[in-house]
Formats: sequence, C-alpha cells, structure tokens
Amino acid sequence: MIFWIVAGWVGFCILPWYGVEDGFFAFEWLIDGYPFDEDYAPAAFLIGQGEKLWLAPLIIPLITSLFALRRKKSDPLYAKILIASGAIGFGWLIAQGFGIGIRGFNFEWLMALFGDLGDRQFGMGYGALLLASAYLFLFTQGIAARGAINGDVFVVSAIGGVIVIVTVFVFLPIAKMLLAAFITEEGGYSASVFASKFFDDRLWGLGCMSGARCGAAWNSLFLAITVGILTTVLGLVFALVVTRSGFRYKRALRALTVLPIITPPFVIGLALILLFGLSGTVTQFFADLFGVQPTRWLYGMPGVLIAQTLAFTPIAFLVLIGVVEGVSPSMEEAAQTLRANRWQTFRTVSLPLMRPGLANAFLLGFIESMADFGNPLVLGGNFDVLSTEIFFAIVGAQYDQGRAAVLAMVLLFFTLSAFYAQRMWLGKKSYTTVSGKGDAGVHPLMPNGLAVPVFIAAGVWGLFTVVVYGMILYGSVVELWGVNNTLTFKHYVTAFSVRFEETGIRWTGAAWDSFWTTIYIAAAAAPLTAAVGLITAYLLTRQSFTGKNAFEFGTMLSFAIPGTVIGVSYILAFNVPPIEITGTGIILIVSFIFRNMPVGVRAGIASMSQLDKSLDESSLTLGANSWQTFRRVILPLLKPAILAALVYSFVRAMTAISAVIFLVSAEYDMATSYIIGRVENNDYGLAIAYSTTLIFVMLAAVGLLQVLVGRTKIGRRTQFGAKEQT
Amino acid sequence: MKKFSTIAVTSIVALTAGVSAAQADKLTLYCSAQEDWCQLMARSFEDATGIDVNMTRKSSGETFAQIKAESANPKGDVWWGGTGDPHLQAAEENLTMAYVSPMRDQLHDWAISQATSAGDKTIGIYSGALGYGYNTDLLAANNLPEPSCWKDLLKPEYKGHVQMANPNSSGTAYTTLASMVQLFGEDEGFEFMKGLHANINQYTKSGSAPIKAAGRGENTIGIVFMHDAVKQAVSGFPVKVVAPCEGTGYEIGSMSIIEGARNEDEAKKFYDWALSTDAQNLALEVNAFQVPSNTGAQTSPSAPDMSTITLIDYDFKTYGSSAERKRLLQKWDEDVSTLPQ
Repeated sequence: MIFWIVAGWVGFCILPWYGVEDGFFAFEWLIDGYPFDEDYAPAAFLIGQGEKLWLAPLIIPLITSLFALRRKKSDPLYAKILIASGAIGFGWLIAQGFGIGIRGFNFEWLMALFGDLGDRQFGMGYGALLLASAYLFLFTQGIAARGAINGDVFVVSAIGGVIVIVTVFVFLPIAKMLLAAFITEEGGYSASVFASKFFDDRLWGLGCMSGARCGAAWNSLFLAITVGILTTVLGLVFALVVTRSGFRYKRALRALTVLPIITPPFVIGLALILLFGLSGTVTQFFADLFGVQPTRWLYGMPGVLIAQTLAFTPIAFLVLIGVVEGVSPSMEEAAQTLRANRWQTFRTVSLPLMRPGLANAFLLGFIESMADFGNPLVLGGNFDVLSTEIFFAIVGAQYDQGRAAVLAMVLLFFTLSAFYAQRMWLGKKSYTTVSGKGDAGVHPLMPNGLAVPVFIAAGVWGLFTVVVYGMILYGSVVELWGVNNTLTFKHYVTAFSVRFEETGIRWTGAAWDSFWTTIYIAAAAAPLTAAVGLITAYLLTRQSFTGKNAFEFGTMLSFAIPGTVIGVSYILAFNVPPIEITGTGIILIVSFIFRNMPVGVRAGIASMSQLDKSLDESSLTLGANSWQTFRRVILPLLKPAILAALVYSFVRAMTAISAVIFLVSAEYDMATSYIIGRVENNDYGLAIAYSTTLIFVMLAAVGLLQVLVGRTKIGRRTQFGAKEQT
Repeated sequence: MKKFSTIAVTSIVALTAGVSAAQADKLTLYCSAQEDWCQLMARSFEDATGIDVNMTRKSSGETFAQIKAESANPKGDVWWGGTGDPHLQAAEENLTMAYVSPMRDQLHDWAISQATSAGDKTIGIYSGALGYGYNTDLLAANNLPEPSCWKDLLKPEYKGHVQMANPNSSGTAYTTLASMVQLFGEDEGFEFMKGLHANINQYTKSGSAPIKAAGRGENTIGIVFMHDAVKQAVSGFPVKVVAPCEGTGYEIGSMSIIEGARNEDEAKKFYDWALSTDAQNLALEVNAFQVPSNTGAQTSPSAPDMSTITLIDYDFKTYGSSAERKRLLQKWDEDVSTLPQ
C-alpha cells in the first residue's frame, strides 16, 4: 500500500503529466526545460504555475490516503479511507480526461454550465498513468481490506487491473465503433437505420438453396462451423500422434504443424492458387490426364475452406497438445486394470477428459475462421463472408461505416453464441486430472482401430503441408512465379542486402526497416500478452467473483471482431486525449496484446481446469499467499500453456494484417503491410522471399522460446520415445 | 504483492503514452499510389526542400477511412495519389481544405475541372483510362477471338472468362459502371451490365485484382484501368491491353490537403511541388503508366497512347457525388447482381 501511495505522489509531483511528443522511451525532456516547461511539467508544477487547474482536485485523495498509513488492516476506517481515496481520485482523473479534450470541453452541457474553457488537454503521459494505477490499486486494496475474496490483495488487484485495461482497450473502442450502426446520414441516431441495414438481403439471403447466392452471414456461419470441426479433428489427430504413438519423427511433425501459423496468410492462398488454380500445376495435370477443361473450382468455398483449415489446425493442435498430455495416465491405467480394452479406455476415459481442449480448440477455430480476412480475400471468389464485407464497407466504394458496424455485430453475435454453446457443452463437470497425488504412469497407445485412420489423416495432411511450403520456398527463388522459372536469389538480395563499411554494417535492403520494427513490436507484445492472458485465465478458473461471466465475455471480445474493425475503432478511440497513441509503436503493441490475449486465456483455462484445486489449497494451507501459489505452483505446471501463449502472440504480431493496416505509420511500418504493398505492385518474388524469411525467423524464435520456457514434466511419467520428448 | 506491483506497473506503463503537438519543417504524407512511386516522391521532396517527410502508403479507400476516423485530431497533412472518388468524397465531407495553387496554369483542363467540381479541395495529378486486358495464352488455349470493343465482351463465347471488381467494394468497378451509364445512356448501360453479368466468372473485391488474376493465368479477361494492365505486361506476364473501340471513361488521380493539417505551410509546398514538371516526371523512373496532369510533364513510352483512345466527357461532379453513387449502386445491386449467371 505504501508503495502505491508513494507511486501516486511521484506521478503527481515528479513525472511529466502529459505525453511527451518524442515518444515513450525518449528522455530528452529531462534536460529540455523540465520541470517548468508546460509540455513536460508534472501536474503539481502545472497547477503551481496556474495552468490546467482542473488537475488540482487530484491531490485531495492523495492526501486523504495518508490517513490510512497508521491504521491496522482490520480497522474498518482503513478500508473506507482507501476505497474513498481510490474511487474519488480515479473517478476525477477519468472525468477530467474525457470531459476536457483537444478543443476545450467535450460535451455541450459542460460548455453550457461553465462557459468556454479556452484551454485544451494533451494525451496523458507517465504522470497521469502512474497516478491512475496508484488510485486503482489503492481502491482494490481497500476492497480487499473489507474482506472481498477473503481479503486477498493480489486477486482483487489483479481483477481490478484486468477489468480496467480491458475496459479501456477493448470495450471503449469497440463501443465507439459499434455506435456507428445507429447513426443516420445526417449524423443523428436512429434504430430504423440499424434495422434496414440489418435485414439486408445481401446479409441473410438464402438464394443458394435455389442456385443463386446466399447471404454473407450464412456463408460465414457455415464456413466457420466446418472449419472449427475440421481443425479440431486434425488438431486432435496430430496431438494423438505426438503423445500416444510410437511415431518416430515427432519433432518434425511438430515443426510441420506449427508452420502454417507462422506464415503470412495470403502466402498460403497464393501457393494454393499455383497448385489448384485454373492454371495450377495440379489442376493442369489432372486436366491433361482426364482430358477435361480445367475449372475455377478453387475460388469460393472450397479454396477458403482448405486455406483456413491449413492455417488454423496448428492453433487447435497447440491447445490440444497440452490437454492430451495432461490427461493423467493413472486414470487410463485404472480403466485398463478394470479390464477395459484400449478402445474402451480411449472412448470412455481419455476422450471425455479431453473435452475442455476439444471445446476450446473448436471455439478458436470457429472464431478465427469468422474473423479471417486474408484467405477469403484471395480465394473467396463470389463466396462473400462477413469479414471481407466489413472491410469493404469501410474502405470500399460505399464508405458505409454503419453497415460495417452492423455486420460486425452479426459476426459478434455468432461468435458469442459459439462461446456459450461451448460452455453449455462443457457444463459443470470436473476435468481435473493433475492432482498432488502420485501421478506415475505411461500414456497407453492409441487403440488400433483409431491409430490407422489417425496416421492416414496425419500423413496426408502432413504431405499436403510439405507440398504447399515447398511451393512457397520455390516461389521465392524464381524470377517471376508461374511465368519465368529461372532460379535467382535477387529477391532476397533486394530485400535483405547488407553492406559492410568502416562505420559498421549498413542495412541497405529494402525490407530491413519494417523487419526490425516488426521484431521489436512482436517481442514487446508477446510476454505482455502471455502475462495478461494467463493472469486472466487464473482469475477465471480459480476465483469466483460477481460479474465473472461478463468479465470472461469481455476478454473474448477483441478476438472475435475482425482486425479491420479493431483497427478503425482504435483510431477512433485513441486519436484524441486522454489516450492519444495513434502513430506510435505503442498502439501496435496494445492492439496485439488485446487481440491475442484470448488465446493465452483459452490455453490457460484449458490447462488450469486440469489442475486439481487441492494443489492450490495445500499451498495456501502451508502459509503461501495467492501470489506465491500462482508463482510457485500453478505457473510451473502451466509451462505448455505459457509457451503456447508466447508463441502464438509473437507469431501473430508478426503475421497479422487487417488491424495493422490502419495502425502502421511512417516510423512504425510492419512487415505484413510492406508485403501487401509489394503484392499489389506485382513484386510477388520479393513478397514471398520476405515471407519465407519471416517464416524462418519465427521458426528460430519459436525454438528459442521453447528452450527459454523449458518443458514441464507433469508427474513422473516416462513417455514412449522418451528421448525425443524431453 | 510487491512482485505483482512491479509486473503491473511495467505492463501498464508499456500500455499508454502520448504524443502531441507539432514541430516545424516536417510533413506527414498519406500516399495512395504504388509503394515505389510513393517512396520516390517522398525522398525527392526531401531532397528538393529539406523538409522531412513521413510517408505512409495505404490504398485510397483505406486512407479515406483513416482520415475520416482521425478527423477530430488530424495526423496527416497531404493526401497524394489514389483514384479521385474518395478525394471528392472527402471534399464533400469537409475532411480536406480548399487551396488554389499558383501552379494551376500549367495543368491540363481535366485536372482543373476536378478541382472546381470539389470547390478547390482537391486537384488532378494524373489520369488513367478504363479498358481491359486479356491473357494471350489463355485466349489462344480456349480458341477465343480477340476482343476489341466493350460490346465484344457480351458475346456468349466469353462466358466464364471475364472478371471485374464489385462496384460496391471497388472504385475502379464503380468507374466502369458510371462510364457505361454515360457512354450508352442509363438504360442501355444497365442492359450492358446485365449482359456482362452473364459472362463474369467472379466479381473481385479489389479493383486491380482481375488483371492480376489474368496475369497469373487464373482468368482470361479483366476489366481494369489500362495502366494497371500495362504494368502486368511490363512485369512479364502475357497480358495484352485493349482500349475499347466505343470510347471509355477514366479516373483522375488526385491530391488534397487535409483539413486541420498541422504542417499546413509544408503541405502547400508539397502540393505546389507535386504539380511541377520535375515532380511529375518522376513517374518515368517507376512503373507508373498514368498520364501526368502537368502539360509539360512526359508520359511513359509504354503507357497507353491517349491520342488513340476515345475518352468520354466524364462528369465527375455528378457521378462522384454520394447521392448518385448510392442510387447507381443500389440499382446495380437490385437489377444486375441478383440475376442468375
């Protein structure tokens, strides 16, 4: 508590209150007129100079909080002081932030009440940030002192912190964007506008029953369900091969399954076109073989389905591998001791215990497919889906943000329905298998009846992946893909040449700028994403508090919405004070954290629901507090989930496109937006060479992360092929 | 608690920060032309004036959406390049500001009429005619005759061989629709679109996608701006460009200064410079095959020869207005796109 009171004073009196223009990590302000220059002054100095007087009331709660210092925690006044100070301070900070904007008061009624302000605010900076956190955590400590969640300060603070950041970076921008659905052309609000856009035939038409085209909503729904099922099945297949078979080349298989997520999305689309398109290698081969006219069968539902299944199976695999590994062998051994055969064991014991994994994998596949933009754009043909419709409602010839908002709502509705369906299916059963008790044993092999189809499926899919990636690699070393197949390295040279000079290395290649930015942003976003995601997962599985469902829903929101909508909503929300971060690298990091956090949450929930609560309880009984329990007991057991979250967020930060398009700026250009620019300009070779390089970089990064995080040994198990496993 | 505190602080600290106010002698350029052209323009302007240029390249639709979203606190100064419609739309919504450049007397009439139709809030910097291109290999493989007119595309043998963008999503396709309406009259223009609909294999999302597909051999004929088709041919794809015999419409690539620009003076300097002969001749160094708006600037030798193309008198004021666009798009949606193929 003392820590936060001190932090609050520091934020108020020492650090610059407003954002420093040169960037968050530039410290020129220290020598440039600080602390009296208005741009860099802390709040206390501003007020002392008679500027920005509306900041003055912020000091009152800081002073009152001092009265709590001498009191005991059990003193009811202690809690009351903290709650009041925190709430009033935080409330005033928010109120003044939103009330006073770039052109004086933001609301007409404030203007009417106080007259024209004649002054303005800038975006909040270090000082405001620190003071806001101080008030927030004083408030949560007060709540904890009153006995909420057994007076557990860590849990209350974590809940408070996550709620605030999710509200600011998820709810706020999305709400701002979705409001557009009700705005008429004249700028007023009306429900009939919403209705007319909502009941559009292009959205809900059922023409495909009779030969014409179906609405985008049905297309999306059907596609997402199919992709969800396919990716879950394939993910399970791979997870079974890796954990429950004597298959030798598990490592290679693992690398293979990870490949598609580390691929910039449209590259898969291009490779599929070169294989199966009208002039594709495979299409031409079969056309010649059977003497039929090649067709454009790829464009439309089939193409998108193949590409998405290829792209999203690894996500299902990442979620499932942890769960499949986590199923305790002792349960399976017990079943076998009771004379169940391997098939019965699998069907009645192992499979039901994998349910949380299956459900989460399906949910992720479903959502990813709904929000995917790159594949439908390249391969969609006349098969319209919501995500592309949304994009072109915003940037297309119609300029209809309202329609985009309506479509986004439909998409969100589908996603949330899937989310609730998943919860219903899981129900309130327990899937705990990792308890503190002895957990020795060996996973049984798959039953034969299962092993054969599983191996066939894994083999076919693995081969397919190899062929697709072979094509991509090949595409990066030919002159002009599909036309002039002379081998050349010139694309790599153009993108990544370096010159050694006396002054050092000069990065002369065209791609270096965006490459380093991407690495830097992705590396910054990944650990933060994993941390926020896992803390959230811990709160959701281990603690119960009011509003937990709404909380869980909120954490899923940003994932379920297509990147384009997120991109535009971030500009709408964060281009003006109090939070003004457009054009910086921070907005990219923030958008990645909140877009990818749900994967960390899902992976964390899936793994944590397998860990027996008695582990926590014994730790707590032995005198550890909840933070120590989280740190020493839960976290080490969660290594697979941590790895999944880290890998996923790093990789997604490097390959995401749709949100990024709106958020990149001259200084912070990302690899994907650079690649898209090259593709538009017909530089396929360069684009693919760049993508290939990114794939290798990400492979290396994933390997490195795996080493850094380390593998966890759950129980004293010996695995089949134990040498490859560890 | 303590450890958690540090984690919380570091994570939240990394989450927020601000940037504000402006500095002298720099310019934020939103560029909607092709990447290498944008780069060249930005660097050359830096060399010519010493003003630092922060250039961001996005498609014209994306830039429009961004300028609109940023309008409460504009971050960009000048928007250079991209088809004229979104520029006109921005002018209509007062997202851009009026400016009369001293360079105007050096410009072609079409560039100035673009400016006057938008209350001087935008100006033409290049133009490109609409047409189509076809993949010569595929045409031969399917034993199809070479098309040379718009109406040729209605022939039944081209069924499943023609691609154009969806006018709802692409400015290029909307220009096609508006051109047909102006070329043949509204009723006959829509009859043409209906006939074309029967031969279309796919309405793409992006305007230049049909000719890119044709270049890769995924499609035979793509209706696009001719300079996009020329680019495919120059890149080495087997594409032949056609200027339709009946005449055709065109786009005017435009430039606007963003309302509330932080570096208004620098923006005006860029504006004047971009209209000069020197700046417009830079197009020759990159693969840009549009016709520049400065009468003294040169056009690339590979570019379609404008003297041989019959251009219609495209009415940008009428067909660029959002009311007319909504009406035509709705009519196309109801009368054309619902027909069976």
